[in-house]
Amino acid sequence: MSLGKAAVQTARDTIVIAHRNIIRIRRVPDVMAFVLVQPLMFVLLFAYVFGGSISIEGGNYREFLIAGIFAQTVVFGATFTGAGLAEDLQKGLISRFRSLPMSRSAVVAGRTASDVIYNGLSLTVMTIAGLLVGWRIRGSIAETIVAFALLLFFAYAFSWVMACIGLLVPTPEVVNNASFVVLFPLTFIANTFVPAESLPGPLETFAEWNPISAITQATRELFGNIPSGTPEPTAWPMQNSVIYSLIWTVGLIAVFAPLATRLYQRTGGR
Amino acid sequence: MTPNPPVDTSIRATGLVKTFGEVVALDGLDLFVEGGSVLGLLGPNGSGKTTAVSILTTLLTPTAGSATVAGFDVVRQARQVRRCIGLSGQYAAVDEHLTARENLHMIGRLYGLARREAQRRAGDLLEQFRLVDAADRPLKTYSGGMRRRLDLAGALIGEPLVLFLDEPTTGLDPRSRTELWDTIRERVARGTTVLLTTQYLEEADQLADDIVVIDHGRAIARGTAEELKRQVGGEHLDITVRHTRNIEQASTTLKAAGTGTVRVDVDSGKLSVPVSSGIDALRQVLKELETVGIEVIDIALRRPTLDDVFMKLTSRDVSSTADVESLK
Repeated sequence: MSLGKAAVQTARDTIVIAHRNIIRIRRVPDVMAFVLVQPLMFVLLFAYVFGGSISIEGGNYREFLIAGIFAQTVVFGATFTGAGLAEDLQKGLISRFRSLPMSRSAVVAGRTASDVIYNGLSLTVMTIAGLLVGWRIRGSIAETIVAFALLLFFAYAFSWVMACIGLLVPTPEVVNNASFVVLFPLTFIANTFVPAESLPGPLETFAEWNPISAITQATRELFGNIPSGTPEPTAWPMQNSVIYSLIWTVGLIAVFAPLATRLYQRTGGR
Repeated sequence: MTPNPPVDTSIRATGLVKTFGEVVALDGLDLFVEGGSVLGLLGPNGSGKTTAVSILTTLLTPTAGSATVAGFDVVRQARQVRRCIGLSGQYAAVDEHLTARENLHMIGRLYGLARREAQRRAGDLLEQFRLVDAADRPLKTYSGGMRRRLDLAGALIGEPLVLFLDEPTTGLDPRSRTELWDTIRERVARGTTVLLTTQYLEEADQLADDIVVIDHGRAIARGTAEELKRQVGGEHLDITVRHTRNIEQASTTLKAAGTGTVRVDVDSGKLSVPVSSGIDALRQVLKELETVGIEVIDIALRRPTLDDVFMKLTSRDVSSTADVESLK
């Protein structure tokens, strides 16, 4: 098969799979509730529980906080990708797909593509909730669009990482548990909820180089939510947060997209 | 449809070996299924049936050996093989959040059909499989039999030359099973080659032209259903004695009345022996046991089962020296 023809087939099959997943989004209300309610809960919890006790020099904690919650939520959103694939594997659907004359990468590509919709919905809910509790976007419209695009693109890249995990584990529950163990420290040892400078030595360094800090810093800057008195960051990833998060985004896709396709081809069968 | 050139729709496997670490799932399996015929691959759980199907449908690569489906090599020409086959697995692999129509349409599209053609074939299959009334309901509301029928319909939407059915009726009630058999027969009548795995001798008997009995990853017998049954013998006489201390004596009685090895399950006091003339043997055994005062709580004549085929086939070398051996 020629390269062009293969690309067309991959695109076509990816759309078929993504379409199937989108139908499921409408039909599985419990997942939907999780996608919408959990982010809402986080916004309200942090704004009202911690909002009063954590103070940010020269600024408003709620404004500081929103970018962190956005970043954490889209990263956790990638769990759906892994759990969804693990479920397909468990139910024998992957075996069926693998016996079909379809593209080898379409099942995972279709899943990561349709999961962008989950993250889009989560971000919409959180934006509205954020605005209601006093968050304000102070950047330009263009900066705001770039901020949301960065978040979705990073989430998309992270979906490929979770896709690999989903194809390696026996059940969807394992994906959920594994993701909590890994993602909680990853999203908390960062500047998501507190300034990185407030963390003790080695954790501060980790936080500064953590890609989740970079995506948080980038969106925080683009939304114009950095308090006026904040000193310039000293670490390179924090000074160049947009570039640093793009490097991670592209790097994750470059590594995990081919890996996920390979893992897909090795699954199933006995 | 163009009648020429003649298309190869056979399945050939030579010396298939598949190991998973230490476990040998297939141990040199040879298979040949002539185009347009039905082969029943008969074996217990863990005998390697599913592994064989997985290799032939390109889901697994063999550790050694080779196979072709419709003339294409399952490893080197996997893509071409996938275009010619349909697979219906042991667990109905359909998306339960989609409707039957959506499932079939999706699979049709993934076979490369145009949207309209996928829609048309999905409609035809839903009608043929009597799923029209439920076609637009999500599968969560479907019975096991309906799911299984839909799974089979999914395997057919690409109009495959070769159809693989991995235990298609396991777990189905007798009525659904008979219905599914009819559907499979219709396909065979249209010239589709079928490889069917099953645990039930009766199923292979109903559907298959030829049967390969497989155990521990290798073929232990081949032939038509009639040939296999002849090997096992005719009817079996089963008795259950009340007191297990009588087993040895009862076994001797059965041995004299039967035509083969007496199988004994010591725990339950069950004994079984193949017999040539059922009624005569039954009368003789009852009379003799009564004479010696052995109490029988159950006695029955029955047709050979897969169990008997296996016992016969796997114990052939020891049957001459051992009269009594344990059932599993």
